[in-house]
Amino acid sequence: MDDLYRDEILEHYRNPRNFGTLEHADAVSEGANPLCGDRITLMLGIGDGGTIEEVAFTGRGCAISQASASMLTDEIKGKQLDEIARLGREDVLETLGIEISPARLKCALLSLQTLRQALAERVVWQASTDETAR
Amino acid sequence: MAIVRPLDPVAVRADFPILARDFNGRRLTYLDSAATSLKPRVVADAVSDYLTQYSANVHRGIYQIGEEATAAYERARVTIARFINASGAHEIVMVRNATEAINLVAYSWGRRNIGRADTIVLTELEHHSNLVPWQLLTQERDADLEFVPFDEDGVLNLDSFDVLLRTRPKLVCFPHVSNGLGTINPAREMTRRAKDAGALVLIDGAQAVPHEPVDVQALGCDFYVFSGHKALGPPGSGALWARRELLEEMPPFMGGGEMIRDVHLRRVTFNDVPYKFEAGTPDIGAAIGLGAALDYLSAIGMESVRAHEKELTDYALDALPREVSGIRIYGPRSSSNRGGIVTFNVEGVHPHDLATLLDREAIAIRAGHHCTQPLHERLGEAATARASFSVYSDRDDIDRLVQGLGKAQRIFARGAN
Repeated sequence: MDDLYRDEILEHYRNPRNFGTLEHADAVSEGANPLCGDRITLMLGIGDGGTIEEVAFTGRGCAISQASASMLTDEIKGKQLDEIARLGREDVLETLGIEISPARLKCALLSLQTLRQALAERVVWQASTDETAR
Repeated sequence: MAIVRPLDPVAVRADFPILARDFNGRRLTYLDSAATSLKPRVVADAVSDYLTQYSANVHRGIYQIGEEATAAYERARVTIARFINASGAHEIVMVRNATEAINLVAYSWGRRNIGRADTIVLTELEHHSNLVPWQLLTQERDADLEFVPFDEDGVLNLDSFDVLLRTRPKLVCFPHVSNGLGTINPAREMTRRAKDAGALVLIDGAQAVPHEPVDVQALGCDFYVFSGHKALGPPGSGALWARRELLEEMPPFMGGGEMIRDVHLRRVTFNDVPYKFEAGTPDIGAAIGLGAALDYLSAIGMESVRAHEKELTDYALDALPREVSGIRIYGPRSSSNRGGIVTFNVEGVHPHDLATLLDREAIAIRAGHHCTQPLHERLGEAATARASFSVYSDRDDIDRLVQGLGKAQRIFARGAN
C-alpha cells in the first residue's frame, strides 16, 4: 500500500470534514500556495470564552493540502485559542502521519499557515475595536 | 527536397550521462524538458574545460589563457548567431536567460520608446517572463497592455489580433511556442501583420530554439530571445537577438565594466554593440557551454529534432486519451501546430499528486501553472500536469507515463465508492 496516500488521507480528500462556509464567522483567512495554485479559505466561529465553536473551510488543491485542512479543522474544533496558537508544523505533520518531501511541505502546511493568519488578523481586528471602544 | 535524416534515439540517449544513472533500479524518464533540458556530456566537458584549462576573464588578459577564453566566448556568440540565422554575431547579446533578455528590452528600448497611452500587444499564452516586465513598464509609463485571446484549442485568434493592431501598438510580443499548451504560433504571419501595422515585434523563442529550425531574418521580427538551459546548455546562458540598428539606438541596460569605451569621473562613452549591453564579467563558462550545446543540436539537425519530437507528440496524443480514462488534454489537437508539450489533467487526481506518484517511478513531469497563471485562469484550472519532450525522449518514456498515470488512478480509486 502507498505510504503517502494512505487510506485515511484519501478518505479526508474525498470527504473533507468541515467543508463549507459559516454564516457568521469571527475570523476569516484565505491562503494560497502561489507555486501550485492550492487554495484554502478558513472560517472560524469563536465563543466568548475564546473557544473555537465552529470551523469551516473551502478550497481546491491536491490531496495533501485538502486532507491536511480537513484534519486540522477537526483537530481545532472545541479547543481554546491559546492552545491553537501553540500548534506547530510538527503537530500537523504528525496528524497527517506521512513522510512529506520538501517539495510537498507547502501543500501540507497551507492549512496551518492559513489558520495562523486568521488568528493574527483577529488579534489586529480586536485591538482596533478595543481602541474604538475606549 | 532535402532529406531529413532521422534522429537515432539510442545514440542520442548515450550522450546524456544522467540517463545512465540508477534511480532505485529504474532509469529516469524525464518529461520536464520545457522547464529545463538535460545536458549532453559535450556541454559538461566544454564548461569543465573552461573552468580547469583556461579559466581567465574575457576581453582583458594579454596572456594565453585570456586570449583562449575570449576566443571561445566569441566563438559561442558566432555559433548562436548562425543557429538562429542572425546576419552577424554583433547582433547577439549574451544574457543569463530569456527573462533577462526581455527585461533588457523592456528597460532599454521600452523606457525610451513607450510613453503615456502607448499600447503593447501581448497574448494570453504568455509566460510570466514575457508579461511582468511589460506590466512594470506600462505601469511606470501609464501605457496600455492588450492581449490576443486563444480559442478552446489553445490557438491564438488572429481576427482579434487584427482588431488589436488597429490600436497602432508600438510593440507586439508573443511566444514562438507556448510553454503552457505547446501551441506553435504562426510567427511569420503574425510578425508580418504587426509590422504592417507599424509595430516592432519581440518573439519569445524559449520553447522554439531547442526544438525546431529558427531563422530570425525569415521571421522578420525585431527582437528574438531564448534561454540556453532549455536548449541543452547550462543555466546562466541565453541570448537576445535584435536588429543592429535597434541595438545601436538603445541606451545601455546595466552600467559597469566591459560596456564602456572611455570612463571619466563625470562622463562616459559606451562600447559598441553588443558589448554595450554586457556589463560586468559574463557567465563565460555557461556561454561556452551553450555554444557546445547548439553545435550538438546542429550535428543532429534541427529538422530531425522537430521530426523526432513531432512523432513523439503524435504518439502521446494518441496513447494518452486511449489508455488513460478521464484524461483531459489541453492545447492544439494535432502535432502540426504543437511542439513537444502535452498538458493535461486526470479526473480525480490533482496534478501535484500525479507528479508525486510518478516521481516514485522515476518519472519527472511538471505540475502547477508552469509560470502561466493567466493562461490557467482562461482554462479555468488552478493547475495542470505537463509532459514535455526533447531530443533524448523516446516512446518508452511515454509508455511509462501512461502506465504511471494508470497506477496513480488506481491508488486514488482505492476505497472510493
